[in-house]
Amino acid sequence: MATDTTVLKKKDFQSDQEVRWCPGCGDYAILSALQTVMPELGIPKERLVVISGIGCSSRFPYYMNTFGFHTIHGRAPAIATGLKTSRPDLEVWVITGDGDALSIGGNHLIHALRRNVNLKILLFNNRIYGLTKGQYSPTSEVGKRTKSTPVGSIDTPFDPVSVALGAGASMVARSVDIFQKHLKETLRRVAEHSGSAFVEILQNCNIFNDGAFSYLTDKEQREAEGLYLEHGQPLVFGPEGARRGLRLDPTSLRLENVALGDGVEAEDCLVWDENRPDPALAFLLAQCRPPEYPTALGVLRRVERPTYDGAVVEQIAQQQERRGTGTLEELLYSGETWQVAADGSIRR
Amino acid sequence: MTTEAPTEDLGAATPAEQQPLSEVVIRFAGDSGDGMQITGTQFTSTSALVGNDLSTLPDFPAEIRAPAGTLPGVSAFQVRIADHDIHTPGDAPDVLVAMNPAALEVNLKDLEPNGVVILNTDEFTARNFKKAGLETDPREDGKLEGYRVFEVDLTTVTRRALEDSPLDVRAKDRCKNFFALGMCYWLFSRPMEPTVEWLQKKFAKKPEVAEANITCLRAGWNYCDITGLFQVKYEVESAALRPGTYRNINGNLALALGSVAASRKSGLPLFLGSYPITPASDLLHHLSTMKHYGVTTFQAEDEIAAVCAAIGASFGGALGMCSTSGPGLALKAEAINLALMVELPLVVFNIQRAGPSTGMPTKTEQSDLLQAMFGRNGEAPLPVIAPESPADCFWAALEACRVAVESMVPVVLLSDGYLANGAEPWRLPDLSELPDFPVEFHSEVEGFAPYSRDDETLARPWAIPGTAGLEHRIGGLEKQDLTGNVSYDPDNHQRMTDLRAEKVARVARRIAPLEVDGPTKGKLLVLGWGSTQGTIHGAVKAARAEGLEVSRAHLRWLNPFPSNLEEVLASFDQVLVPEMNGGQLAFLLRGTFLADVVSYPKVEGKPFYRHEIVTRIKQCLEVE
Ligand code: SF4
Repeated sequence: MATDTTVLKKKDFQSDQEVRWCPGCGDYAILSALQTVMPELGIPKERLVVISGIGCSSRFPYYMNTFGFHTIHGRAPAIATGLKTSRPDLEVWVITGDGDALSIGGNHLIHALRRNVNLKILLFNNRIYGLTKGQYSPTSEVGKRTKSTPVGSIDTPFDPVSVALGAGASMVARSVDIFQKHLKETLRRVAEHSGSAFVEILQNCNIFNDGAFSYLTDKEQREAEGLYLEHGQPLVFGPEGARRGLRLDPTSLRLENVALGDGVEAEDCLVWDENRPDPALAFLLAQCRPPEYPTALGVLRRVERPTYDGAVVEQIAQQQERRGTGTLEELLYSGETWQVAADGSIRR
Repeated sequence: MTTEAPTEDLGAATPAEQQPLSEVVIRFAGDSGDGMQITGTQFTSTSALVGNDLSTLPDFPAEIRAPAGTLPGVSAFQVRIADHDIHTPGDAPDVLVAMNPAALEVNLKDLEPNGVVILNTDEFTARNFKKAGLETDPREDGKLEGYRVFEVDLTTVTRRALEDSPLDVRAKDRCKNFFALGMCYWLFSRPMEPTVEWLQKKFAKKPEVAEANITCLRAGWNYCDITGLFQVKYEVESAALRPGTYRNINGNLALALGSVAASRKSGLPLFLGSYPITPASDLLHHLSTMKHYGVTTFQAEDEIAAVCAAIGASFGGALGMCSTSGPGLALKAEAINLALMVELPLVVFNIQRAGPSTGMPTKTEQSDLLQAMFGRNGEAPLPVIAPESPADCFWAALEACRVAVESMVPVVLLSDGYLANGAEPWRLPDLSELPDFPVEFHSEVEGFAPYSRDDETLARPWAIPGTAGLEHRIGGLEKQDLTGNVSYDPDNHQRMTDLRAEKVARVARRIAPLEVDGPTKGKLLVLGWGSTQGTIHGAVKAARAEGLEVSRAHLRWLNPFPSNLEEVLASFDQVLVPEMNGGQLAFLLRGTFLADVVSYPKVEGKPFYRHEIVTRIKQCLEVE
């Protein structure tokens, strides 16, 4: 019997397991946001499955009172693909981190996204390896000093959102662990999407990479550094009195960060259209970095395209329609067969 | 060529005399564009309809499109036909059809002494000698001494037969394999009708192509009749096959059929995750054509994703499986261990090939036994099964699936390139012969514990997502007994390790005991596993025919071993273990039972010859 979804509360999604992240870790806020949003989705909780890889963030399924699978390093999208493809009735959420999804599991992430498997993939980006106690990650900035880069990292980092856009993800978003309202709203929107939805959640690891995003998350910075995307609205940001906007220079195809007023108005700025079929503008926005640019938060892309799991089901149904559902007899007694009779005579 | 009476031999008879043969091995060899696989399969299908027992083995070139006329471009197909029960495609061919110098060069060394060679002399040109790396014409440099050579200007006679055909010259030349087939049909007294019908069906949309090939087939036959090229025709009588319906089957197709049968018999939808790899890809191809049976095939981004997707599907209640070969099994190790830890069913078809590393992808070997047994971190035993013949792949797949779901465990099935591509007639089972093993998912909420166990099999309950009240979490971290919560408790780790091992060991309670063919005690037992069964069987028969007392047994399950294995080993003075690897089963037997077995390893990328094993048997028994 399915659970009555009307009575579900946040606590119904909390498991009996003691949460074991470091005190102050950004993961707590993300867990809380998801546990808050889940009851609102109207989905019986037995139909929710949370799948993770390895890393601090990947402990997540243990704390959700749903079906959960804590798998192996980097492979969560592949395991989730198998589950969702064979069980399209389930809602499958993948929890991963920057190391899990972009280093060891990079291949699975991009392929799940290009196939458009109907998965919700939350990547907690703390720009560090936490569980293994502080090595640089594929999102760590050049020059980062960590245990494995004592004189500074020389690797060029990935921008997770750009990777997802490059892989052709049908929905891509970015949010921040402690921006609870924004995060919950992003999660709600993601839950509604049919197809792969990828969310980069900027997450503070207060033990090994404290303050990695303080340029954005510090109270006084939030307005100046955060560009909160709204579909159909111009790309404007900044506190009252210091409003700015992003304007597209048609000749260089670059975004210009301009101060509003003095003849430049919000109307002159690029109007955000998250449904644009081509990802070029989303890509430009994803690449916006401080200090030159604000950080784009919210939905960077949302387009409709057929889901992989849906197409698999459809193809099987089509084949069954055309050829019937088959019997074992038909299966085995197919191809070229011949009969040997008791007298040794042979017939085709 | 085994003749009825040893004195009667090819070429020794009066013109067009009909001479009975007990069996014959024929190898068709040519350029990959010469249609040798089709020629061979047609000869095979027709021989099946004549009622022969048969066994075939294709030998594909290692390169996909090697330059025409070169040694790497040679493609061959060997078929053995017999009037009695046979188990292998034969050691050495009696008859070699060579379409060009390269095909002759590659295959001649395998031919039986005094064997028959049929050559297409039109291809024996200076240019082609060079392509095949030959300094001299093999017809003139003594290479063909000791063989009976029949030279035919195959291209010329084919073109002549097709004078009236509307096809262009290139298309006409492509028909010469059917000319050669027609000649072989004459020589071995086969009917042409089945091939004529096949051509009509195959080229229904291109009647001129069908017509040209049929013309050549008949022309080849008439050519022999008129020219008196061969002075004798051979006849291989039908074998006394068990009544029933037969089809020709190779190992990979049999695995696919067995998997779908398991899906139906368990009531679970089949999910195959796979990544293309030689020689396993055909399994993916076959299952992709069976979607209407509710089969999902997922061609993953890599070997790891393939197995992971299968595990995800199993978590959701599907019959998750994957197909691969040695290098892929290595990549899958961590994920297989996850399935083992979370105790979900999974079937891994490993079609072994010659290793290590990339090795020789198109060549066969049994060298992944220890990888299957031990190629994972931690204490990680899992059941391992190996089919013994192409048709047996069907039954082994069914059995592997059954054990996987009954014991909630990953099972590795070890086939190999030889079984995958080799084919034999398969008497189709009566559907009532197939075991039913309907799976019921756990649904009882009261007292549900994800790691509670079945008393008999020790399997944990399969509680799939979507079942209200059974929400639980699984993962690769050590599980607490019963609850499945994460646990680092030392006693619990010992207990869970023991339970996982015991669960696998208990599979032995449900598998057949080892059967000994021949006396159950004595001087010598030949013990094999997997695809060597046919050759060992033949060798033991041959040794017995020489008056030697030798018994034979064949392992189907490599883990767990059948419960009477130790007793069987102890009943013989010597146990000879031939295997296509460095002695891996021998290593296991010594380690498990302290049994001093005689290892007979071979790693040449090709199956044992019967005579090799006969020689070893004689060595063991100290006879000449
Ligand atoms: S190491 Fe960092 S990411 Fe991991 S739990 Fe602690 S604070 Fe969180």
